Amino acid sequence: MSHAEVSGPPMRAGESILRVSGMTKRYASVVLDDVSVDFRSGEIHALLGANGAGKSTLCKIIAGLTPASAGEMFLGDSRHVPTDKADAEGWGIEIVQQELNVIPTLTVAENLYLRRLPRRGIGIDRKRLHQQARVALARVGLDGLDPATPAGGLGVGECQLIEIAAALDRNARVLILDEPTAALAAVEAARLIGHLRRLRDAGLAIIYISHRLEEVLAMADQISVLRDGKLVATRPIGSLVEQDLIRMMTGVQGAALGGEHRCHRQETTLLRVRGLTRSPRVCDISFDLAAGERLGIAGLVGSGRTELLRAIFGADAADSGELSIGQEATPTLFTHPRQAVRNGVAMITEDRKSDGLLLSRPVRENVSLIDLSRFVGRLGRIRTGEEGTAVRMRAAGLELRCRSIEQPVGELSGGNQQKVAIAKWLGHFADYCRSRSDMPDASPRIFLFDEPTRGIDVAARQKIYELFESLAASGAGLLIVSSDLDELMQTCDAIGVISMGRWVTRFERDAWDRESIMKACFHHHRRDTAAG
Amino acid sequence: MRGEHETESSIVGPGRAIARWPIANVYRYFGLLAVLGLMCLLFGLASDRFLTPRTFTSIANQIPELTLVAVGMTLVLVIGGIDLSVGSLLALGSAILGVLMVDQGWPFWIAAPIAISVCGAAGLVNGMVSIGAGIPSFIVTLGMLEIARGLALLLTGSRIVYIGSSIESLGAPLGGLPLSPAFLISIGVVLAAQFVLAQTVMGRYCVAIGTNREAVRMAGIDPRPTAIKVFLISGLLCGLGGIVQASRLSSADPNAAVGLELSAIAAAVIGGTSLMGGRGNVISTWLGVWIIAVLQTGLAQCGFSDPSKRLITGLVIVAAVLIDAWRSRRWNGSP
Repeated sequence: MSHAEVSGPPMRAGESILRVSGMTKRYASVVLDDVSVDFRSGEIHALLGANGAGKSTLCKIIAGLTPASAGEMFLGDSRHVPTDKADAEGWGIEIVQQELNVIPTLTVAENLYLRRLPRRGIGIDRKRLHQQARVALARVGLDGLDPATPAGGLGVGECQLIEIAAALDRNARVLILDEPTAALAAVEAARLIGHLRRLRDAGLAIIYISHRLEEVLAMADQISVLRDGKLVATRPIGSLVEQDLIRMMTGVQGAALGGEHRCHRQETTLLRVRGLTRSPRVCDISFDLAAGERLGIAGLVGSGRTELLRAIFGADAADSGELSIGQEATPTLFTHPRQAVRNGVAMITEDRKSDGLLLSRPVRENVSLIDLSRFVGRLGRIRTGEEGTAVRMRAAGLELRCRSIEQPVGELSGGNQQKVAIAKWLGHFADYCRSRSDMPDASPRIFLFDEPTRGIDVAARQKIYELFESLAASGAGLLIVSSDLDELMQTCDAIGVISMGRWVTRFERDAWDRESIMKACFHHHRRDTAAG
Repeated sequence: MRGEHETESSIVGPGRAIARWPIANVYRYFGLLAVLGLMCLLFGLASDRFLTPRTFTSIANQIPELTLVAVGMTLVLVIGGIDLSVGSLLALGSAILGVLMVDQGWPFWIAAPIAISVCGAAGLVNGMVSIGAGIPSFIVTLGMLEIARGLALLLTGSRIVYIGSSIESLGAPLGGLPLSPAFLISIGVVLAAQFVLAQTVMGRYCVAIGTNREAVRMAGIDPRPTAIKVFLISGLLCGLGGIVQASRLSSADPNAAVGLELSAIAAAVIGGTSLMGGRGNVISTWLGVWIIAVLQTGLAQCGFSDPSKRLITGLVIVAAVLIDAWRSRRWNGSP
């Protein structure tokens, strides 16, 4: 990385306006590692990378939403150390995030000038407000929009333009857009891109995150590719083609965790999913999961992976489709997780804290929650001695580290919390198998893992991979959703790819490679852009 | 791999001794007992009439209805709800008892179960509407507060119904003992509720629901039946409280127990029950009831006026809630 040591009056095309140097961010692990990039005015600079590569983190640091752990930024000549979002905005750095901040009950004009409404006496000077708003809207091509319209009636694309208009009106010099076209239809996206091009030509520096590679190739001047928090390269778009981008994003990975992969897949089908739909995120998905199989689900953020698992589990009722579990002929759909659990399905959720754990309660109560009834004695009293023994056994099996099983789960590290979230299902399945011992074939035992290793350390990750192995060896079927493609390629027998809520294809272990999986992840993105 | 964490903690340490009986780990109540003792000491120094057995037996015979209602309230608070209708339901229970016994001439043993059942049904409605339709229980029970009070006034024609000596025995001291059957019943209810909360599957589910209802659902447990049951219990206990109060006053007063819900919430909160759900203890609530009652009686004996009594009680409640907030912030406040 060479840094252009140019500074001067801002808004002159081609000159460095924002220089990021050695930027590093650590949470539990390093998510952004010594990244240096130069952003120039009059350029659209695309940030690319797989999920969790650090793109959004970098943008959040620039926009003052989160502080950096190390590194510095320069805005023109002066150091840029934003204390918060408002401070960054004061310096002309604006971010439009995926979650829009438009308040639906207020009018377009009120949304534009929320923090600095023109006053007149004690009231709002509506006339001046609407005048200003019309000027601001014209800048993003929304000339025809009445500033008095309630924002609630507008589409996503218009809301996005309103946020951009507000940013421009605050004299933005650097505009950051985090996946602005993700929620847009092709036509809307094309229109937005047109506006962005015009703004670039007017001298604005635009930082642009997108998963739509064709779009990036068509509009960006520079690209920077991040992988695992590190900057891979910054290149002028020049002669790059889609293949180059994918290769830079995936890279060649070094030796991974875990031992050799053993396949435990059996002939019998455990879970048959047919035409499962829950609009808008899950569209007509069909696949089979065999006993002893570890099936990974790959896809981009927002592609509907979590929604797929939740629809199978009955956490969100599906609109249509069928599930058949084991050899039972009657296809069903679960409308409450209770039904899924009774049929031998377990789900380890992505967000442990919000829907997986009782944080303030002890390990014991968390682990025994599901099969509590088996410890009930006289008068309905829980035999806590027996309960404790069972919990301690399960915890030891996963090498759970805690002071005692009476320690609140909230005090544990992420990895140990995840072990607790998994441990609670293990007893249930022992019970379930016993109750189904009369059944001729393998009992249906299905585990749905959603991002099982997010935010946990290497040792715990290894333990969870071992658990996958032993569950598969015992005949359970595992559906594993992960944003970490390496993880899936290492642990799974097959990987199914979904893109924008639709099933793309299924890769078998012997016949996959990173590039084709990654390409499949973008499958429907590409088609949509092409359609527009 | 193992050595990395060995210094922090062992894989699974030995479990701390768990209480085998609801009251076994008395140390938990030391704080509240200390407050209670300190208050008695202060009032004893301020008034020479306070530290006498009579004071305490009279308090004991006055608190059963608040105790019963506060037990139900504690369970509701534990699941993360609130029941504002308890005072009105108590009045409704006593009104039904009065009307059935006086106007219809029915015996106590028929009238009382009916009164309790009607209050239970009202509690069930509270639960079904708030849990079933997903409306905050604050709103639903606020509606029930008005409905039940209106019903009580309609039934009695807004008059106090004098029932007479036939039901006084429930609230009056027993022959050999200075304590009333009502007090003993309330103690039984406290112990039973604490047993359910701390020792049974239902209690465990209640705490889990109040801690993280979505996690309970995602564990394949339907939280709704348990939550509705809790509102039902609260309603039933209100009916029982209404009967106890009617027997103590020898009459059914449709205007009785106005604002009782606030005393019940205060007792629960003083006892360390979290208003955010997931934490509560019935015996602590009972001690909270004692603290409120001792405060009221003590302040009265020391010659405080009614307004200043309310002021001081309010300060005590705010202090208790501050402590509660500080305790729960350890879990919920961190980002």
